[in-house]
Amino acid sequence: MNMTLSHVTLGHADAVPEGAPIKVKAAGVNVFYGNKQALFDVSLNMLDRAVTALIGPSGCGKSTFLRCINRMNDTIVGARVEGLIEIDGENVNDRSVDPVLLRSRVGMVFQKPNPFPKSIFDNVAYGPRIHGMTKNKTELADRVEAALKKAGLWAEVSDRLNSPGIGLSGGQQQRLVIARAIAVNPEVILMDEPCSALDPIATARIEELIDELRRQYCIVIVTHSMAQAARVSQRTAFFHLGKLVESGSTEAMFTNPLDPRTQDYITGRSG
Amino acid sequence: MNEHIVKSYEEELTQLAAEVARMGGLAEAQVASCIEAVAKRDVKLAEAVVARDERLDAMEIEIDARCTRLIALRQPMANDLRRTLAAIKIAGNLERCGDMAKSIAKRALQLAETEPLTPLTGPIQRLGKLVNGRLHQVLDAYTSSDVDRAVAVWSSDHEVDEHYNSLFRELLTYMMGDPRMITACTHLLFVAKNLERIGDHATNIAEVIHYELTGTPLNTPRPKGAAV
Repeated sequence: MNMTLSHVTLGHADAVPEGAPIKVKAAGVNVFYGNKQALFDVSLNMLDRAVTALIGPSGCGKSTFLRCINRMNDTIVGARVEGLIEIDGENVNDRSVDPVLLRSRVGMVFQKPNPFPKSIFDNVAYGPRIHGMTKNKTELADRVEAALKKAGLWAEVSDRLNSPGIGLSGGQQQRLVIARAIAVNPEVILMDEPCSALDPIATARIEELIDELRRQYCIVIVTHSMAQAARVSQRTAFFHLGKLVESGSTEAMFTNPLDPRTQDYITGRSG
Repeated sequence: MNEHIVKSYEEELTQLAAEVARMGGLAEAQVASCIEAVAKRDVKLAEAVVARDERLDAMEIEIDARCTRLIALRQPMANDLRRTLAAIKIAGNLERCGDMAKSIAKRALQLAETEPLTPLTGPIQRLGKLVNGRLHQVLDAYTSSDVDRAVAVWSSDHEVDEHYNSLFRELLTYMMGDPRMITACTHLLFVAKNLERIGDHATNIAEVIHYELTGTPLNTPRPKGAAV
């Protein structure tokens, strides 16, 4: 005789509880580059202490959206952002917000590691120095050490802090710039394809690091690797042609997406 | 549904489904043959069913291997992932159907050596036809990706239970009436039980198809016949 099981919800270790605090809220965001509209009415909540993955084909607007969060689009001539982006309820586009201070609260990691042409120590110390975050040399050294430890790089570089940052391997450089980002105590970390230039081992290290960091920060990551989005994120948002098509728990998005466009994209079908 | 950009991936998934359908066809044929072997006391046919069961076992192993390869090499997602998992589960259920058919065929060999129980042949054949019809329908639902058809099979399982229950009572009556018939009746009782279990596997397959096609389990209470 068959047993009919009632629906069983498995306790997914990575699941984010419903009602988790919203760290970054986007509502009705439109972005224009000159006359060309790149984002159409995007509304998305990004939760604190969770990784939100933005996926979608090239040119779908996911990087544009990411760059709205720390006002990186300000630096592009002709770019115009409409709509609301809030961090903890505060509008990032408000006149009273200093973009430089905003970017210390919202760290960013790029596709290609971009350490400064300085020593490993000075790369990490740079942010705390310009923001005047430490009182003396000992405090600064402690802060650098703490950031390098959090980025999982300390053991590999503690004996050569004065060597140039660009002398490290690609994976180490990426962890160095993550250390540089977290040295200024950010609240949100944005990552734009942080592993696409790395080998699988270095990628695994960064993914492990993302999993560590998300216990403390709100992380938003753009990735072209479906498998990576599935591995590292708790929430996934799918962008297509400048629109947010669907967002939800990563588990649901990769086992049973609701929109056929999402399904086509993540299963590798041509839509 | 749109096709995969990588054609060889599309082909592998299509071949997997075709392999499951082929296995289903063989399982259905095995069930039909074992019922006929019982009804017609056909020793040769029963022996053929027993011998053919190996092929079903081999096909299940082949389907599992295809799925393992797909998961390792293609990392299927969403509906593709569900299709792959469904293939493994359906193959498992079909293999069990094959085992039931083989077991029935072995009983047919025993029954051929006893006095024929003519009045019971009809009811057994009817139960067999009903069960094999369900198996056929659910496999059709699989090949045509028809969730409504799968649900129809799933929600009509009580018909098999009712048939089985009435056959059970009939067999008891015969055994009480003439203890010399106990051996043959017990064999028939097991035949009926095995047929009922094939019906259950058809129900399981319907549930798998529902999950494959919709991504959600069938979780409403299913109509059931009274338990014996």
